[in-house]
Amino acid sequence: MLHIKCPHCGIRSQNEFSYGGDATVKRPELNKEISDQDWNNFVYNRKSLRGKHLELWQHLSGCRQWIKVERDTATHEIFNTLKANEDIS
Amino acid sequence: MQKYSIFNLVKNAFFKDQNWDLAWKDPTPKKEYDVVIIGGGGHGLATAYYLAKEHNITNVAIIEKGWIGGGNVGRNTTIIRSNYMYDDNAHFSEFGMDLWRKMSQDLNYNVMFSPRGIINLAHSDAQMNVYARRGNSMRLNGIDAILLNREQVKEIIPMADFSENVRFPIFGGLMQPSAGTARHDAVAWGYARQADSMGVDIIQNCEVTGFDISGGKINGVRTSRGDIKVKKIGLCVAGSTNILAEKLNMTLPVETHLLQACVSEPVKPVLDRVVTFGAGHFYISQSDKGEMVMGGDLDGYNSYAQRGNLPTLQHVLTEGIAMMPFLSKLKMLRTWGGIMDMSMDGSPIIDKTHIEGLYLNCGWCYGGFKATPASGWTFAHTIAQDRVHKLNAGYSLNRFNTGHLLDEKGLGTKTWIS
Repeated sequence: MLHIKCPHCGIRSQNEFSYGGDATVKRPELNKEISDQDWNNFVYNRKSLRGKHLELWQHLSGCRQWIKVERDTATHEIFNTLKANEDIS
Repeated sequence: MQKYSIFNLVKNAFFKDQNWDLAWKDPTPKKEYDVVIIGGGGHGLATAYYLAKEHNITNVAIIEKGWIGGGNVGRNTTIIRSNYMYDDNAHFSEFGMDLWRKMSQDLNYNVMFSPRGIINLAHSDAQMNVYARRGNSMRLNGIDAILLNREQVKEIIPMADFSENVRFPIFGGLMQPSAGTARHDAVAWGYARQADSMGVDIIQNCEVTGFDISGGKINGVRTSRGDIKVKKIGLCVAGSTNILAEKLNMTLPVETHLLQACVSEPVKPVLDRVVTFGAGHFYISQSDKGEMVMGGDLDGYNSYAQRGNLPTLQHVLTEGIAMMPFLSKLKMLRTWGGIMDMSMDGSPIIDKTHIEGLYLNCGWCYGGFKATPASGWTFAHTIAQDRVHKLNAGYSLNRFNTGHLLDEKGLGTKTWIS
C-alpha cells in the first residue's frame, strides 16, 4: 500500500487516490499553430522513466484536488508531493 | 540436437539420464551478426526461431539481460485466445492459433497446449448484445464462437454464482471453444532449444548499454559483454521498451505498468475452462497442478517494480469471489508481478522505425503470451524482408499519428475503471 501525503489533507492511503499519469506533459497552447507531431507527443508519447517520476494523482475520495507526486517507479518510494500548480524548486 | 522422443527417453534411462544435451548452449558473443534480437523473452525467442526457419537467417544473436524464462513469458496466466472483433486483431491472433496447434510438433517440445475454451461472462442484456456482435464478427473471420445463455453457462461452470440476489447476475457468455492455455515455460524453452539448434546464439546475462547509430542507420549495439556489429536490430523487450527507447532518443506511445497474477493452493479439478468476469477485469483457469491461476487489472501507476501492491490484488480477488464464491475458501499460494508495455490504444506495435535497421515489437499490454508465435513470425518477416507483413500492417507505430487506432477494448495505460 502506498501512502501519499496529500498537500491539502495529509497522509492518506493509496486507495483514496486515482492516478493521472506523467505530470511533465504540457498541453500545447490554445489558439497557436501546432504540428501533428506536437499534438501526438502530448496525447500519446510518454517517457515512462525508470526512477524518479513526477506524476499527477487525484485525491478522489478525499478533497478531490489534483496533486503532483514525485515517486520512484522502481522502488515506489515517494520523495515529495506538491499542489497541482506548484513546481519542484 | 537430440530429438525428444519415446525412443530417446528409454535409451537415456539406461544411463540414468546423464547423457542429455543441454537444451541450449551458453556462447560468448561474436563480434558481428546479421541480426540481433534484444530481449530473450517468448517473443524474442520466437522471432529468432522464425528468422532461422522461415527466412534462413541463422547468424542471429538474442541478447538477454536476465535469463531465459525469467521475464513475462514466465509470469503470465498462460491464456491463449483469438476472440477479437477488429479484423486486424482477429486475423493476427487466429494465425497465431494455428501456430499454437502445431507448436508441440513443430518445436519437438511438449508445450501442453490445452484448447479448453474460454468463456467471457455477460452480466446484462446490453452485454449479451455486444457479445453477439463480437461473436458474429469472429465467425465471419473464421474463428469459432458460441453465444451461451444462462442455462448453458450453468451447465459448463456450475460453480459460478447463479443465485438470483447478486450484484452482477450471469446472463450468459461468449465462448471460444478453441481457446485455451499452454505451459508458458515450455514455450520459452522450446523456442530457445530449436533456435539454438539452428545456429542462433542465446546470450544471457548481457545488458544492452547503448546503440551505434550513424546517418540514421544501425551499425551496432553496445553491451555489457562487448560491442557487436550488426545492421539489423529487433527490439523485443516488453516492460523495458521505454528504457531502451530513451537510449535511442525515441519517445513511444507506451507506458510501463505493473500487472499482477496469483495462484491459489492446488485443489482437485474443479474448473476445466478459462473464465473471465464481465463486470470488471478478472480471469481464471486451473493449472494442471490444480492451482487456480488468476489475474486482473494493472496496479494503475507507472511501475518497474516487478512486484505488486495489495489494494489491486484485493480488488481483483473481490471480483473473483463475486463470480465464484468458493474461491474465498482457498488459500493464496503465490502472487507476483510483471512489468507490461502498455500501449495507448491497448494494441501492440510491430513495425519498422525511422532508424534504418531498427525494428520495434512492443505494446503487448495484457495479451503478450498468446501472441508469442504470431508476434515472432510476423516480426521475423518484418526484419528479414524489411517490410511489414499484412498480418501486422495494422500494428504500425504511425497509427497514433494518423488516428487509425486499434482501440478494441478501450483498454490502454489506464485501468478498467479508475
